[in-house]
Amino acid sequence: MAETKEKSLSDEKPKPRVRPIVRLGIFLISHSFLVSVVCCTAGVLALFLLPVLAKNTYISENALMPGSASPMLSNQHVSDGNRLVKDLTNPNSKSSETGIESHKIIAQYMLDLGAEVSFHKFHPQMNQFHPLHFFSSPVSGKIQENYSCSSYGINTVGIIRAPRGDGKEAIVLVTPYNALKSGFGEALSLGIAYSVFSLLTQVTWLAKDIIWLVADSQYGEYAAVAAWLREYQTPKFSSLSTPNAEMCPDVNNLFELKGHSISGSKFSNSFRRAGTMAAALVLKVRDQNEQFEDTISIYAEASNGQMPNLDLINVVNYLAVHRQGLRVNVEKLWPLLNSSWLKSLGEIFESLAKVAKSLYPKWKFGIPATEYVEGTATLASSLYYQALGVPTGPHGAFRDYQVDAITLEISPKFSLDKVWRNDILLRGGRLIEGVIRSVNNLLEKFHQSFFLYLLTSPSKFVSVGVYMIAFALLIAPLPMVAASLYVDANSSSNCSKGDSSTPSAITDTDEHGIAIRSWRWLNSAKLVFIVHLWGAIVSLLPYFISQIPDCSPTTSFMIWVLLSILSLLTLNSVLASPLACAKATQEKEWALVKSVTISSVFIGLGLMSVINFATAEIGALLMVPMCLLARPLKLDVRAGTLRSFCRLICNLVLGHIAFPPAAFFLLKGMLDGFGNANVGDFWMWVESLWAWNSATYLFIGMVQLPCWVLCVSILFHTC
Amino acid sequence: MVLLQRPHILLLLIDTHQFLQCWIAFGSANEEGQQQEEFSEELLVKPLPDHKLLAHFHFQSSAPPSTSNGCHHHLFPKAISQLVQKFRVKEMELSFTQGRWNYESWGGFDPISSSNAKPPGVELWAVFDVPQHHIDASWKNLTHTLSGLFCASINFLESTATYSTPEWSFPPASGNVRYGTFPCEAVCTENLTPWLRLLPCRDKAGIALLLDRPSLYRGFYHSQRLHLTSTESSSEGIDSGIILEQTLTVVLQPNSERAIEVHASEKHVQPSWSLSSIFGKQVSGRCVLAKSSSVYLLLDRGLVAELKFPNKENGKSAANGLTSENFWSNPSFELSVNPDRIFLEESSSHSKSLSILYMFQVEKYSESEPFDIGLMWKVPVAWLCQQTPLHASRFLMGSGNERGAIAISLKSTQFTEGFMSANSKDGSCELRVDVFQVVPWYVKVYFHSLRVFVDQQPRAVSDFIEKIHVSPSKDKMSPGVMEVVLKLPCRVNTAALTIEFDKGFLRIDEYPPDANQGFDIPSAIISFPNFHASMVFLEDDSLNRSPLLSKFQDKCPVMSYTEVLLVPLTTPDFSMPYNVSTIKCTVFALYFGSLLNVLQRRVAEEERFLKAKAAKKTGRLPLLLSKLSAKLRGSGINQD
Repeated sequence: MAETKEKSLSDEKPKPRVRPIVRLGIFLISHSFLVSVVCCTAGVLALFLLPVLAKNTYISENALMPGSASPMLSNQHVSDGNRLVKDLTNPNSKSSETGIESHKIIAQYMLDLGAEVSFHKFHPQMNQFHPLHFFSSPVSGKIQENYSCSSYGINTVGIIRAPRGDGKEAIVLVTPYNALKSGFGEALSLGIAYSVFSLLTQVTWLAKDIIWLVADSQYGEYAAVAAWLREYQTPKFSSLSTPNAEMCPDVNNLFELKGHSISGSKFSNSFRRAGTMAAALVLKVRDQNEQFEDTISIYAEASNGQMPNLDLINVVNYLAVHRQGLRVNVEKLWPLLNSSWLKSLGEIFESLAKVAKSLYPKWKFGIPATEYVEGTATLASSLYYQALGVPTGPHGAFRDYQVDAITLEISPKFSLDKVWRNDILLRGGRLIEGVIRSVNNLLEKFHQSFFLYLLTSPSKFVSVGVYMIAFALLIAPLPMVAASLYVDANSSSNCSKGDSSTPSAITDTDEHGIAIRSWRWLNSAKLVFIVHLWGAIVSLLPYFISQIPDCSPTTSFMIWVLLSILSLLTLNSVLASPLACAKATQEKEWALVKSVTISSVFIGLGLMSVINFATAEIGALLMVPMCLLARPLKLDVRAGTLRSFCRLICNLVLGHIAFPPAAFFLLKGMLDGFGNANVGDFWMWVESLWAWNSATYLFIGMVQLPCWVLCVSILFHTC
Repeated sequence: MVLLQRPHILLLLIDTHQFLQCWIAFGSANEEGQQQEEFSEELLVKPLPDHKLLAHFHFQSSAPPSTSNGCHHHLFPKAISQLVQKFRVKEMELSFTQGRWNYESWGGFDPISSSNAKPPGVELWAVFDVPQHHIDASWKNLTHTLSGLFCASINFLESTATYSTPEWSFPPASGNVRYGTFPCEAVCTENLTPWLRLLPCRDKAGIALLLDRPSLYRGFYHSQRLHLTSTESSSEGIDSGIILEQTLTVVLQPNSERAIEVHASEKHVQPSWSLSSIFGKQVSGRCVLAKSSSVYLLLDRGLVAELKFPNKENGKSAANGLTSENFWSNPSFELSVNPDRIFLEESSSHSKSLSILYMFQVEKYSESEPFDIGLMWKVPVAWLCQQTPLHASRFLMGSGNERGAIAISLKSTQFTEGFMSANSKDGSCELRVDVFQVVPWYVKVYFHSLRVFVDQQPRAVSDFIEKIHVSPSKDKMSPGVMEVVLKLPCRVNTAALTIEFDKGFLRIDEYPPDANQGFDIPSAIISFPNFHASMVFLEDDSLNRSPLLSKFQDKCPVMSYTEVLLVPLTTPDFSMPYNVSTIKCTVFALYFGSLLNVLQRRVAEEERFLKAKAAKKTGRLPLLLSKLSAKLRGSGINQD
């Protein structure tokens, strides 16, 4: 404040008073270096503080009332479930080539319970890159021409109608099952689901219909669930000249058995529906497990970092921990658990908290260092999977239709005796029953609790209001630095001109010169625009490359890189080589380019934080320091001071790290070790990103890559 | 047919004296010149294929034209007669339903299902005998009266956005019909008690004794209905006879606790039941005010067809003259009480086999010897109920908060095949389907997007739609109504209608308390006017016919209701009105503050003023004055 006042005082002419908000802005802009350093460190620090700031979860929706009713699942139901497991694992049932026998068994079991049963046949639909369908709702999809009778999946669907319900809503229970090569775990998950299902046919409290979907996972769990959902939500009434699954002989076999069933009217080969889906649970049992206690893992991330309502996770966590005595896990980044620097950071926070507590006893924010490390590992994986934008399980398909869904993976401590199997059936079944009962209690859809959150443990979360602070601090310096650079560039050229020209020249060229100078940034904007255009082209290229038949990932990647470079060069030459002409005219051009780059990055990050926060956060961690530090290497070399040398090193390191493929390989190396890194991996990763319609792909192509190119061009700027 | 008629002659002989007595009694009443108010109570029990049991209570009271008695009634509920007189109701039906009628396993082609299967919640329609412009007022008053009478939120049907005026597709086709449904009404005993109060014996005597609340509401379907007709529509409309028909239809699961224990092998045997086991009560005599009081057991066509097999295998018994014994001591089941009479259905056009009705007179029983029929199944039987020609289901398509589509899909049932074979002689056989759909205004249906798919092929709308009547919705004023007459070929396998809609926005005060649940789209009515669900039973005395059986003879078109749909709409965050108002105020303050600042400021003048100030440094007084004024204004010129 003082400085600006002095400035205004030093002027001879009395000036109109500057408004405080403007003065504040001027102050911040003039001290942009300090501000950016402070903000960035604060942003990173706030990110590391998140595990400390995490709150305990609580059940926000009162109607859920988890665990208020004692479980009704009895040993009778468990033995029913056991019967199904035995029948499915029986070698006789696997005799058939296509595994139709086991589908028949499941269907027969459902029918015996009095449920409505239908088969849903689907052709696995490969996820394809549709450049124009990025954010559009899932379409019914065009039908591939080369369908054959050999490749189709069969979902078995059983529906219990709530006896007194009005059928407006339904709860979905999904068990992926591969009839061809099913492990014991899959059979067990079917057993659990069946025991719950058999209980639910008898209970009187049911208000919502129950759909049990046995998803045929031979073409992937997600594909089966997605195909069923597509048929459920956006059915096609017309089948134009496509070979229908009905025409295949095997499928017709499927229905023959049911004709002489007693309750034949319950079975139909048409698609059956219940009402609007309230929630969905995907149940899996892991085959092998090294752990010593029964644990249950929750997977919640859906496409583009969408999360189900926190209440759903809370209910599962509450019931599993407090009722069934299962340990609940959420995904962690395991390498982080052993890192010593994290542990020491945790110890620092812990000791700080102790000090704070001794100062004022009501400040209780510290958590033990081990807990901090675990929290950070969970938070990191939470961020990572959300940023990836790829669903972590079949539940992702539900989120595309605004249905809250999670995947529960039970990993039991393994022993093959019967007591153990009954125990896991009973506990797993009671957990599912409890969750279904809670959701059944709901009058409204899930809306009370958070949708935007990061988990730091199954029972702790960071809500959007807290984690946004870290991000906001990170990107706050961007507009200030952009403004200060712009002002600098303008004023310095102004000064140089003023010195060189005679006072008389100023007066007549003044108006014109100011006009030209104030529009000079357009030149750099043009450059930035061209680079962003190139980014868009680069992100469209894979679509064409993927059309090339028989291409290994490595060659595809190479083609992509080559084409990208080529397109950059052509764009540069076609659109009048802006860098060169800029260099000729202005020596401070790089500052203007940097200013516009920073502004575009700011806009890009801001937009991305709305679409997928985690991507924006990770992107900001990489890009913000790079953007802020970028400075022509020549200038630093010329200066030769220690400070400029440090900046030079930082610039070089960041320039390497922020290149998307480099960042990818670094991350991959950190997670899996550098041994098996392959150039093709990046191509595969990108392919998976676009196949899942991940916005991260767009972000990398249209924000991060252009930004990197611009920063590198600044680094190598000749001035 | 010849064989089957014999037992009737026998029956007639057996029961002649009884009927003569009755005839004499009522004849004497009739001879007094005036019709009496009458009340009759009946219960029909019917086993259903999926091990359940249908119980259909039918109470009918009738009041003759009231000129003779003034406004006094002996049996007829006064509340109803006043209501009829006040609002000039010609015909009215009110139903409270909980649960869904399962058309696939409980059938849809008999009189019980086509007139008693109702959509969940409340449904009300009424025909008025008043001039056109008074109808809406009468409807509003009627809804309020009924709402008070039945302790239900029928009064929500008052607003014009909730009820509609069907033009011609609704069965009692006339311009004076108003139709409204309220799908989210929770039906419970507080609706049943006022309904029972309309009966002369309440639930204290007679068949209504069976209405034990816990066992009724434990059922799978529960629909109480009140239907009234003013028989004479005289020009004055005041002295009309009224027939009030009260029915209660429940679907119950007999002894469900045993059903859990039995295993797969035994599961196919139908559960045995008795009235006391399902309702927990017995009938101890009739309601003394009732003209007739009887219980029926109906074995429907499919079941009878299954049961006849053993008889036929016995061979000679059929030829030797089928006595009534054969019907109730069937080898596959056993009745605990001998029926008083047995009715056989007259030949029906749609089915080969005929249903059988056992009748039990409740009069004979008393408190010491309560009436309780039971049915014991001996062998497993499986049959199918007769279904509607096309099975209709309706669902929502699409996702998201922006738009969606409603689809009504029709699938042929096994019945159509039989019908088709019967009618396939003439090549151009057509199946007429009427669709009546009411859509609330916040679901903005685009009627031009109506699409028809027949047998999985998209077809031109004009090929199959014979007649269509559409009244688009008006925001907050009236719902959208669509009435369609489809003419489908008889051999149709599947047909589908889809229509797209946009989801509207509501004002904050228009949301119900549980807005996040979503909004209901009431059931569509799918009717088949070519088909009539009627059961004509051979009755030997036309004078003393039971109201229930004569109801069965009425030719009502086959009707089915589709599911209620739940549309999730965008909802504001109701828990944060504070935040909303704070943000709004902040934005307003910022906007108006800066706007006023800009408007107020005069840049040129300020500069001139500053220049002037710089020019003349002398003149202390004006400077002081200007300083003072600036201070007073609290803003303005920089003082340094």
